[in-house]
Amino acid sequence: MFETLDQIFVLLRHWLVGFLPAAWQPAISVVLSVAVIVGLFPALFALTVLLERKGLGRIQNRIGPNRVGPFGILQPVADGIKSLTKEDIVPTSADGVVHFLAPVVLVVAVFLGFAVLPMGRNMTLVNMDASLLFYFAIGASTELSVFMAGWSSRNKYSLLGAMRAVAQMISYEVPLLLSSVAVVMISGSLSLNKIVEAQNQYTWGLPHWYIFTPWGFAGFVLYAIATTAETNRSPFDLPEGESELVAGYFTEYSGFKFALFFLGEYLAMFSISGLGTTLFLGGWSAPFSFLGWVPSWIWFFGKLLVSMCVFIWIRGTLPRLRQDQLMNFAWKFVLPLTMLNLFDAALWHFLGDGWARWVVCSAILAVAYVGMAWVGMRTKHFGARSYRYAE
Amino acid sequence: MLGEGILKGLAETAKNFAGSFVSAERLTTVQYPEERIAPIEATRDFPFLVYDQENRDGGGPEWEAGMRCVACQICEKECPPKCIYIEKSKDKKLDYLGKAQYYPARFDIDISVCMSCQICVEVCPFEAIKMDTEFELSTTDRFGGLLFDREKLAKSNEHYHKIHPTEAAQVDARLAEEKAKADAKAKAASDAAEAKAANLKPSAKPAEGGD
Repeated sequence: MFETLDQIFVLLRHWLVGFLPAAWQPAISVVLSVAVIVGLFPALFALTVLLERKGLGRIQNRIGPNRVGPFGILQPVADGIKSLTKEDIVPTSADGVVHFLAPVVLVVAVFLGFAVLPMGRNMTLVNMDASLLFYFAIGASTELSVFMAGWSSRNKYSLLGAMRAVAQMISYEVPLLLSSVAVVMISGSLSLNKIVEAQNQYTWGLPHWYIFTPWGFAGFVLYAIATTAETNRSPFDLPEGESELVAGYFTEYSGFKFALFFLGEYLAMFSISGLGTTLFLGGWSAPFSFLGWVPSWIWFFGKLLVSMCVFIWIRGTLPRLRQDQLMNFAWKFVLPLTMLNLFDAALWHFLGDGWARWVVCSAILAVAYVGMAWVGMRTKHFGARSYRYAE
Repeated sequence: MLGEGILKGLAETAKNFAGSFVSAERLTTVQYPEERIAPIEATRDFPFLVYDQENRDGGGPEWEAGMRCVACQICEKECPPKCIYIEKSKDKKLDYLGKAQYYPARFDIDISVCMSCQICVEVCPFEAIKMDTEFELSTTDRFGGLLFDREKLAKSNEHYHKIHPTEAAQVDARLAEEKAKADAKAKAASDAAEAKAANLKPSAKPAEGGD
């Protein structure tokens, strides 16, 4: 019974495909899965946008949207209709083709990332040996679309936003990759399925998730920082800072193309949260062994939504960084720590089982964190603001 | 410790988030069209023209007859965005002092241009233009619907008392004082004239007084 529920989507697909001639079956089977992914994640996007608007409202002691439908749950529908009926303006001097292609490239590239995410037991669309590599290769092409958008708009704000975005995304791609490499070192595989399998074991009812190890915890925090920057989320939302650059690289987009950018951004958040879940939070595995009967896909999507809520929470809390702070943080703090984390993961592996590796690995990371914070903050003086020239 | 502030901030926003569900004083939103809060007394947005209830001149509707405006056009000249347009009348009517004055044959304010600066109110020597509190002025006709003419701008002194009681009472006192002064002056003038007449023709006075 529970196994049927766990595999319900796989069985459903199998049953549907069974009606077709054998020659068509593989192709149609893939098309079905793709259709589900393409339908499901935009639906989740609508849900998340509503959640975000309501959540941010509550954080600011407001009510949030509550007019469309009961409690405002139809707000995403209204937003969608609005963006579809809006006029699509292309600037006269813009490069029309590239201007049109940019949002398409973004959405396509982001959707491709979902192909390798294990969303449940046996629920990976493409089971590759090097799926992590594929994911990062595809993920890097979102930078291209951002720059296409900024460049083709022929607008200084767009271009500035795109410049910022590319600088930021490339800077944070490095710690993003390096923090994931620690996982690859321990699990010994680039296949996301194998990484989840490696975490789907239990000792005393507790899971072997990588976040519950010193290097895994540090890696997860660094990964989370890098993903926040990678998806241009607050506090790293400089490329689209409304108060500085109007909307950054999509200043010149309106109507449905703007909606596509918006969609692409949220899809990127989903996909990168899904990857983080897979790498550090045990993917589709249950948090306690006695909860193993709950369908695996519920755990995956549950963890995904929790990550989204954390994204929203952080957005509601932190103010935007300055460009130099952003870069300093990436290169002087996050990157050295990820490097050290690689060393820590190697040490963890070679120290073997026992309590010694817990103490040693935790101590190294703690000392590094405190030490780097001290070095970094040494020259900073906090206190009442002083004016050098104004007086 | 690095990151402490972030954690503190996260705790604060979490407190706000949870608190807004349970504590009414945190959630200060007033659900506007259904709920309203009374405006504070100093609220102001667009100007209106004050008219007095007592019908001074007899002819025309009340708002036209009792309008304090004498079409001096000071407000029109002072208005920074130039949203006031006034046409002076050809004939004259009696004002509240019983003096013959011009009146505005046309008085238009384009509230889509008006910036609610209140300069027109401050320069008006006749207490004729004051600030209103009506803010629900949206219209589907963005040209005609936002160009207010004389009739639309005219509002009674009673209305003024209702929206700005303190200020309106001061204005009324000032006007009453002015009127008393003018009356006294007129009386003195008429007395003097009478005295003069009496001096010239002493015998005629009792007969006149007896009238």
